[in-house]
Amino acid sequence: MGRIKLEDLRKIREETKKKMDVREGTYEYRIVVPMGTSGIAAGARDVLKGFLDAIAEHDLHNVIVTQTGFMGTDVIQPVALVEDREGNKVMYCNLNAEKAKEIIERHIMKGEKVKEYVVSTPLE
Amino acid sequence: MMEELALHIMDILQNSLAAGANEIVLDIEEDEERDTLKIKVEDDGRGMGPDELSKVQDPFYTTKRKSHVGLGIPMFKWVAEHCDGHFSMESELGRGTRLEASFRMSHIDRPPMGDLSGTLLSLVVANPGVRFVIRYRGRGEFVFDSKDVKEILGDVPFTFPEVLRFLREYVEKGLGEVRRAI
Repeated sequence: MGRIKLEDLRKIREETKKKMDVREGTYEYRIVVPMGTSGIAAGARDVLKGFLDAIAEHDLHNVIVTQTGFMGTDVIQPVALVEDREGNKVMYCNLNAEKAKEIIERHIMKGEKVKEYVVSTPLE
Repeated sequence: MMEELALHIMDILQNSLAAGANEIVLDIEEDEERDTLKIKVEDDGRGMGPDELSKVQDPFYTTKRKSHVGLGIPMFKWVAEHCDGHFSMESELGRGTRLEASFRMSHIDRPPMGDLSGTLLSLVVANPGVRFVIRYRGRGEFVFDSKDVKEILGDVPFTFPEVLRFLREYVEKGLGEVRRAI
């Protein structure tokens, strides 16, 4: 089995582009995962990866994932902020990869806040 | 403490991102003959003067309030030196920062590399505006430049599922071919 070529991505791009044009290229949700040292030590990378894996698994085109530096407080790491197009923010805390998947399946796919993991007030 | 070198790498690259880097080069080399593992990071961020450079390496001077850098660098330095390796950092204000850490590969306390592809994918996908050049040398060489990906993708986001699936396979297989079991 040969190595995959980066050029293969070009085909994927062409196919994806068609879908994107239909949707006008907008996304409904943005997930931000802070990556301070305490967050990373507590598992923030696996949380980010958990979001990405769930997006790939469920074939979602309505969400983007970005990261930022430290946010929140040490004891609630890893955290993630989910923001919708209207600017409503929900901050989730003490996450892991499984909880990240659950947030994708409930919040992003069904629009329902996963109350169990929410920090009481959203932090900026 | 961090149990994987890949997590230390994640943390070190966060400093480059926090320093506003547009380009980050990560170079990892397994040297079996010399029993050495080398990790180098170079960025074009805002850099540091001599004072700040010595403070970020000192666990007793760094505080989160004053600096964007936490205990990550002192921890990484400690691990390298504890594993019969070396640690060095150079920086110039307005130019960027270079960091190099080495480890004796067979040292009993050397953390395993861990999920390096997870670290790289997370960084690349979640920071589409930054160019990451990753070079891994082991049984062969794997080079990944996120600029190439970006050029192909154009305005298609990195977080599209088709792209994620491709990148995951590309990076995992590419690294898998050259990485020894470390």
